[in-house]
Amino acid sequence: MITLNNLNFSYQSTPIFQNFTWHIQRGERWALLGASGCGKTTLLYLLAGLRFSDSEKVLIDGHEIMRPRPQTGLILQEYGLLPWATVEENVRLGARIRSFYGADGVHAPSHETRVTRNLSAWLKRLGLDALSAKYPSQISGGQGQRTAIARTLSLNPDLLLMDEPFSSLDALTRADLQNLTLELCAEENLTLVMVTHAIEEAAIMGDKILLLGNPPNENAQIIENPRAGEEGYRDSEEYTELCRDLRQRMERA
Amino acid sequence: MRKRDVVFAGLAILALWQILAMIVDRSILPSPVVVIPVFFEELLRGDMLKHAAISFWRVLAGMLLAVLLAAPAGLVLGQSKKLNRFFSPVIYLLYPIPKVVLVPIVLLFFGVGNFPKIFIIFMILFFQILVLVRDQALALPRGLIQSVRSLGAGRRALFYFVYLPASLPAILTALRQSVGTAVAVLYITETFATRYGLGYYIFLNASTLLNYPAMYAGVLAMSLLGLALYFSVDWLEHRLCKWQFVE
Repeated sequence: MITLNNLNFSYQSTPIFQNFTWHIQRGERWALLGASGCGKTTLLYLLAGLRFSDSEKVLIDGHEIMRPRPQTGLILQEYGLLPWATVEENVRLGARIRSFYGADGVHAPSHETRVTRNLSAWLKRLGLDALSAKYPSQISGGQGQRTAIARTLSLNPDLLLMDEPFSSLDALTRADLQNLTLELCAEENLTLVMVTHAIEEAAIMGDKILLLGNPPNENAQIIENPRAGEEGYRDSEEYTELCRDLRQRMERA
Repeated sequence: MRKRDVVFAGLAILALWQILAMIVDRSILPSPVVVIPVFFEELLRGDMLKHAAISFWRVLAGMLLAVLLAAPAGLVLGQSKKLNRFFSPVIYLLYPIPKVVLVPIVLLFFGVGNFPKIFIIFMILFFQILVLVRDQALALPRGLIQSVRSLGAGRRALFYFVYLPASLPAILTALRQSVGTAVAVLYITETFATRYGLGYYIFLNASTLLNYPAMYAGVLAMSLLGLALYFSVDWLEHRLCKWQFVE
């Protein structure tokens, strides 16, 4: 689905990626793990079409990414919601932007492949129906991220990009939203790329984990984690072992 | 703040005025018992209503003109680092100048009529709105812009869905902060080169007709004009920017 071939990217003449190659298949869930400054957020923004490489372009379904792609959803750590709009208005924003441009194929898909589930169903699915008239300042961080997820998924994306979406939440809320995201990825058949600096989160979320080291990154390490998302994985020996392994690799990287 | 408290404060001010008038006991400080009937008399039978309407129109036109020109300019500066870097020093120099000292110059250039008065009010409000809207646009978190872009928004949609609603509180705050100054400066401009407006009315009654109760009625009308504008902006703010007042 996504192809990066010999991609180069520099930030203020410091090379971050050099001849970097990476392939993502449809339906995979990737966790991008690495210390601060390793370029993981940059890589996510390259996929999102919000940053551009110096040479080879990012290809999604064979198309070069020149701007944000309508079928890609992006969820950031915070500040994603309009403070002056209620939860419901925020969830509706994507649909309003789409009707603002019409199905032009640039800002919105040229044809909707399936009828959008109505917004109130999304509010309900994410447990927001009782909060729909509240403003972002009146709800918790977890509820804010649920709002952002509802808004993004209501647009029927096939690719979901998340940049440390749960890192400012408390442990219980974070686990809750991780499980919800896994469920939604399965329900909606989403390809997921999630940036995280937390080893545990990478191990829970990614059936593949891309470990980035100090830039410039050429060959990132890929760790297979096929049992991620299975029930009870969080408490398994295998999970603990993987976390230990990841920690050692990060220390070496 | 409760409405009841505001009414009580108003009554207290009237009471204080009454007591002062009784202590001073001179024609230059008539009591509210004298002034208030004159106020209604002048408003309903005299020509104070005409003067008030003209003053109101001048402030309103100045306000509208300022919003229409300053808000888009502020939004542009808030979105373009380059333009902002270019214009910032100019704004930095012009913004703090007390615009009231420019009154003689503006009158010299534009002469009599409504325009110079509207123009002065416009100048006072313009910089206030420009600076607040620009800073508001600059302060929008990058994450918010990126998120909305990822929903498909290009330049036009970003403007419509993000920058425009974000500038609204800044416009209203700027208006609320400076509408008092605008009315004060209007008074000054209306004391020369015109025969209309509350400023003229007050000046005429004070200096030529020596009709102090009518002068006070004019002062009362001008104060009420300022208050009404302030409360209108406040009301609009509560209506249009509900999110700022939720708990």
